[in-house]
Amino acid sequence: MEEHIVIIGNGISGVTTARHIRKASDKKITIISAETDHFFSRTALMYIYMGHMKYEHTKPYEDYFWKKNRIDLKRAFVETVDHENKQLLLSGGEKMSYDKLVLAVGSTPNKFGWPGQDLEGVQGLYSKQDLDKLEANAPDNKTCKRAVVVGGGLIGIEMVEMLLTRDIPVTFLVRENNFWNGVLPIGESQMLNRHIKSHHVDLRLGFNLDSILADDNGKVRAVTIKETGEEIACNVVGLTAGVSPNVAFLKDSGIEIGRGIKVNPMLETNIKDIYAIGDCAEQHEGINGRRPIEAVWYTGRMMGEALAQTLTGKPTAYNPGHWFNSAKFMDIEYQTYGWVFSKPKEGNTHFHWMHKDDNKCITIEMQEGTRKFIGINNFGIRLRHELFDRWLTEGQTTDYVLEHLKDANFDPELYAHYEKEILAEYNKQYGTSLAPKKKSWKRIFA
Amino acid sequence: MKIIKNLGLVIFLTGLAIWTASVFMGGFTLQQDQLDVFVSEKGIKSELITKKITEDVVGKTLGTFAFTGAIRNALAENNTYYDAQIAKYDAAKEWDKKGEQYQYRINDKDFQAFSFSLAKKAGTGFIVENKGLMWFLTFGLSILGALMFIFPNLVLLGKPGIKNDHIYHDAATNRGWIAWLVLIYLVLFYLVLYFNADYVVNWTFILDPISNALNGGDASQWFVYGFLYCTIMLTMAMRMYIKYRHNKYQIVRTTSVLFFQIVFAFLIPEIMSSLGKPGYDFKNAFPLDYDFFFEWNLETLTESGGLGIFILVWGVVLTLVIVPVMVYFFGKRWYCSWVCGCGGLAETLGDPYRQHSNKTMKAWKLERWLIHSVLAFSLVMTVVTLYCYFTGAESLLGINTQWIKDTYSFLIGAWFAGVIGTGFYPIFGNRVWCRFGCPLAAYLGFVQRFKSRFRITTNGGQCISCGNCSTYCEQGIDVRAYAQKGENIVRSSCVGCGVCSAVCPRGVLKLENGPEAGRINPTQVLLGNDVDLMDYVNNDQDVA
Repeated sequence: MEEHIVIIGNGISGVTTARHIRKASDKKITIISAETDHFFSRTALMYIYMGHMKYEHTKPYEDYFWKKNRIDLKRAFVETVDHENKQLLLSGGEKMSYDKLVLAVGSTPNKFGWPGQDLEGVQGLYSKQDLDKLEANAPDNKTCKRAVVVGGGLIGIEMVEMLLTRDIPVTFLVRENNFWNGVLPIGESQMLNRHIKSHHVDLRLGFNLDSILADDNGKVRAVTIKETGEEIACNVVGLTAGVSPNVAFLKDSGIEIGRGIKVNPMLETNIKDIYAIGDCAEQHEGINGRRPIEAVWYTGRMMGEALAQTLTGKPTAYNPGHWFNSAKFMDIEYQTYGWVFSKPKEGNTHFHWMHKDDNKCITIEMQEGTRKFIGINNFGIRLRHELFDRWLTEGQTTDYVLEHLKDANFDPELYAHYEKEILAEYNKQYGTSLAPKKKSWKRIFA
Repeated sequence: MKIIKNLGLVIFLTGLAIWTASVFMGGFTLQQDQLDVFVSEKGIKSELITKKITEDVVGKTLGTFAFTGAIRNALAENNTYYDAQIAKYDAAKEWDKKGEQYQYRINDKDFQAFSFSLAKKAGTGFIVENKGLMWFLTFGLSILGALMFIFPNLVLLGKPGIKNDHIYHDAATNRGWIAWLVLIYLVLFYLVLYFNADYVVNWTFILDPISNALNGGDASQWFVYGFLYCTIMLTMAMRMYIKYRHNKYQIVRTTSVLFFQIVFAFLIPEIMSSLGKPGYDFKNAFPLDYDFFFEWNLETLTESGGLGIFILVWGVVLTLVIVPVMVYFFGKRWYCSWVCGCGGLAETLGDPYRQHSNKTMKAWKLERWLIHSVLAFSLVMTVVTLYCYFTGAESLLGINTQWIKDTYSFLIGAWFAGVIGTGFYPIFGNRVWCRFGCPLAAYLGFVQRFKSRFRITTNGGQCISCGNCSTYCEQGIDVRAYAQKGENIVRSSCVGCGVCSAVCPRGVLKLENGPEAGRINPTQVLLGNDVDLMDYVNNDQDVA
């Protein structure tokens, strides 16, 4: 009998693991999910509500894919993990045995004990069920006369964008004084403040939620703001103040839990043959300067890629390369390569350029003095991942990066270019006299 | 703004209603002398036809369908009579007499043209007397209404950027009742245009003044089609300009297809024919231009002096040299979504329906079978035609040249490219013909797939599998399947419209022409992970 590998969670981490196990072996694979029958792209939930796509469009693989690749799909909720007998107890009393267990169970939206946080009309935006809930709670601006979104992060702004497409007025409560300023440098945060407001969002910076008030039917009627006591009438409250590992069901399992499921770089938990990956995994210490918990699509995928090797006989640690990420803030796309901190790390400095249309900017973090390139945030301009990855490995200077910026431009053809403008600003600030080099295919595909 | 938009819709629908109603308007009164002139001009030998039409039609004022019905009836009765004669002489083995009878028959396929020509002469009443006013009430109102419907989007859609909100909530773009009504209207339009043009002779009256100004003659149904095509593309291009105003690639591309349609497909041929030359569309490449090597065309061209010879050479060079060389450097997009008329309509009128192309593996398999079969069909037809043209034979390997040409024209030229290709936009997407049927696209596809610098580059590991690219790919390519593997998209069917790149929220896709080496780059582990692991897995050739 082939070894039976059971994966709990059909998100990007679990599915990537399953795919790579199948590529390298004939092991029996089962994926368990309580959320949906098939893998879908969580990042695309917003587009369903906005009418850009239907649910079936968010499925990256056609339904026949799973059978063809002999990946069994099981729709069930795992109640408990019995590692001594290597057995799972599923909702409804069914039991399932495993030889190896992969926990890829994702996150749940944070709730910070706000009064009224469990009322009807209060919700996060993480799962397919959350999406269905939002469709019921806020189908139009007659049912939902105003919505309040709490938490100024990536999911928060997505939720705001979604609600706006139904012409629902939105109040956006952000704890920081500038949008996502815990992550982004101030110039970028401020640009996004202006962008959000230009979409007629009632953006409240530096405000916290105090409580959520109910009407006679136990539904949301209003929220109150901590700093001012102001009451804002609303029918929907979106709680998007970050996510935490979804580990409640493992509390008494014997698996070591911190904020998430504790793992070593091999993605092993304290229990033999049980692994954890993706949002729910917590490294004992962050790898390569990363956070111990990385709730990002890309890192979930990478952990899956690495773990599958381990499970098929080639022990492989999770050893991610240079950091990268991306997002979209309404109409403004964002990418990042390497590290840019909201305030430069000690010994580092920021170069910031902003286009006059207020929709494009970049920030480069570099070493003071040597101007060694550490990372870039680019808004409204697309850049080539491969080149930045290479430049980071080579340890290039910012001078070099900016001189060769045309190589890295990834905007669609015929778009306006800004390399010259960026370099002019850089030359002014650093007394250099650099000029952009012509784009070279040779260098791009070196 | 919403009021202007809704008012625009009402005005547009009014224009469309008048346009549709105009088919039933007016009367047709054929005079004896008109009939006599027609009979002698066309050399019609059967007196039975003349007699029957004189009895049933001449001097009377009939409605559209009564008139065309009476003409068709006269032709049918005539054929019945002569068929009986033929059978009789056949039975009597009087071959000479039998042979004589054929000259009195009218080919069934020519009924509509016969009826159309007479109706064109016999038209009377409001439309014929008020062509300018009718133009305003139909084209004028429809264009005005459409623009009033489109322009408020500048404000209503909000700031520049991707605006696909509510596409799947709207009955017009989500295969709802509006989409089905549009489908029925379009299909009926093509059925009438291709097979029953005599029913819509009134439409040609409306465009007579413009046709006269352009080429000195009255409008035919093909002039109506050409003019309508340009008008629709121009109007819907305004919608594209507003929707994609943040995207210069889309704006330039839209301008390009408009230019080639209006100037190359419409104006130049019209002007050429006004000068007594063959009206030729210089951008229409064989085998999309499937009748280029038909006898009648070769004869017309060889009889048209230096220009005809130039066109003949140009047509061959276009297909054999220009098309593949351009595809090598730029991909087939240079033709399919920058130049081609079918592509032009798909990218303007068809843009609201691009999401309906089927992305399943089954559809891809069907696509490969169908489109390559049509290519083979067109090539066989052309070989047979040319063989027969040069040898004077009637068939090659048992394939009759007339039969194969007629079959292709009917099945592929009319039904596939027209009725299905455009009529089914609202349900099956805007590139049904280009994806499943166009033989030129099949040919360009080979070049693009095997010898080209064009690819859609995937940006390292940035894909989040959201599926916008696949959803909005009009050619039914599952773009995400490649992007989420970090793999470039090199597919023969890609027409390079650039919309996958536009709708991507993470800047993952870029259409570009670069070195051939590394263009196709299968990967398993994406950029951003452990370098050793990437090398290990990506270079393992055994991995599926």
